[in-house]
Amino acid sequence: MVDLRTEIAGVALRNPTMLASGFLDETGGSMARVYKAGAGAVVTKSVGPVPREGYPNPTIVELDAGLLNAVGLPNPGVVEFEHEVKRAQAAGAVVIGSVYGKDADEYAAVAAKMSTYGVQAIELNLSCPHAKGLGTEIAQDEAAVRDFTREVKDVVDIPVFPKLSPNVQDIAKFAVAAEEGGADGIVAINTLKAMAITPELKMPSLANRFGGLSGPAIRPIGVRAVYDICEKVHIPVIGVGGVGSGRDALEYIMAGASAVQIGTSILSRGLGVFDQVVKEMASLLEEGGFRSVSEAIGVAHA
Amino acid sequence: MPRIQVVPLLEIVRETPTTTTYRFRADFGGKPGQFLMVWIPRYDELPMALSYLGGVKGITVRDYGDATHALAAFSAGDRIGIRGPYGNAFRLEGQTILAVGGGSGMASMIAAIEAFAQQGACVVTAVGAKTAEELLFVERANACGEMHIATDDGSRGSQGFVPPLADKLMERVSFDLVLTCGPEKMMKAIVDLAAKRDVPVQASLERYMKCGIGICDACALDDKLVCWDGPVFTGEELLASEEFGHWRRAKDGRRIPV
Repeated sequence: MVDLRTEIAGVALRNPTMLASGFLDETGGSMARVYKAGAGAVVTKSVGPVPREGYPNPTIVELDAGLLNAVGLPNPGVVEFEHEVKRAQAAGAVVIGSVYGKDADEYAAVAAKMSTYGVQAIELNLSCPHAKGLGTEIAQDEAAVRDFTREVKDVVDIPVFPKLSPNVQDIAKFAVAAEEGGADGIVAINTLKAMAITPELKMPSLANRFGGLSGPAIRPIGVRAVYDICEKVHIPVIGVGGVGSGRDALEYIMAGASAVQIGTSILSRGLGVFDQVVKEMASLLEEGGFRSVSEAIGVAHA
Repeated sequence: MPRIQVVPLLEIVRETPTTTTYRFRADFGGKPGQFLMVWIPRYDELPMALSYLGGVKGITVRDYGDATHALAAFSAGDRIGIRGPYGNAFRLEGQTILAVGGGSGMASMIAAIEAFAQQGACVVTAVGAKTAEELLFVERANACGEMHIATDDGSRGSQGFVPPLADKLMERVSFDLVLTCGPEKMMKAIVDLAAKRDVPVQASLERYMKCGIGICDACALDDKLVCWDGPVFTGEELLASEEFGHWRRAKDGRRIPV
């Protein structure tokens, strides 16, 4: 039997899959359901200081290559969100709280509040590609990534994982900046800035015009990002982008990720995707002669 | 993966002063109770039940906000975007059926009423609305079997809400199944009435949705999703629900009263 347990900055997971932020994670009931379906942890919807409705519809477009979204960070605000976190935890879920804000103070305040709910770690959404003034600009500025991470680190005593944008020239530099800011791990990648147009209507398909692309199309980009980041930092990395099978997950693991996040493939494989990815990983690892998932982390760098 | 289709409106029928049917051709199937995400270009994309199945499909929409108001000004030939059909459907099991509709809720249920009638079931429909002119699809329901009406102001049928009328009908006939769609407080009353008599019930719920395909979590009901597990839920599911009849989610995800 291959040991599938993994650990990221002291956060122990029963398996290396997590629910990616933005999917079925605005309510405690749904997060509990995803955890019961097999995820090793669930990352919450990105939560800010006050309630936010997000953008008008259409907010998602299904494409052959994946999913394009500009949902616009809807969330009930960090105060109301306590109830949802508690509800997920009551079902046994390992919860990682994703937070955003308009400046470092807001990030720190929301993270500090979130950390009192008993979440296992904080994910910093520094990279939403479509919410103006909320992370988009931060993701383009290495100094901001370092400073925001440090401000949050100063006010919480749980691990902090900045989530990085692929919409930059050299993502590894941003990972280094996050590490300098005291990050305990890196999450990569967020969605790629993208657009779809509906020719019959001569207009963009999203109300926000552009959005973020996720799903199979971005997997090779994510794998390359994780590989580059792992060459430059000494903290664990969580890989995200187009994971829909055990083989996909192993690409990220072998690039150096300690865990993977799954979101868009829920659409094609249902909530059973977590269990399936874990089973497929186990059998591939066994075939490869690995005794544990941790033995496979980063082997592609050899 | 299903993708959006842009279709011209073939026919627009004013059903009541506030409710309009839009017909269009679409090359996908669709079962009674399923819904589409309907894009009203430049305004919004909203979940809407299929009120007509078959080759020329239809949606029947109450004018209640900016987007539905904009849609009400559309003419034949104007185009909308549609994706779906999504969600589960009414399960067409039983011989003696009571359908209880309130207001525009009849739009979600009329295809099921017709499907039951077509397969030879005996269908009794109880329709409620604020006034006589707001009654929706009474002719279509009437063609499927017995029909009873309640209006808030008594302008047609019995005066009052539809649950007491449904209660009287259940008193009189032992139904195999109760279907319901309408305001949630009304559906809650119907689910409770059916439970009291041990009659199975299926209710079609309405929630704000962003995606319609089971990812955004906007339509969460306890640990279920109205778009994915519903919109049709059984009495057992609803009686076990903490939120049904009490809570829904605002656009920002906060729990607010129904």
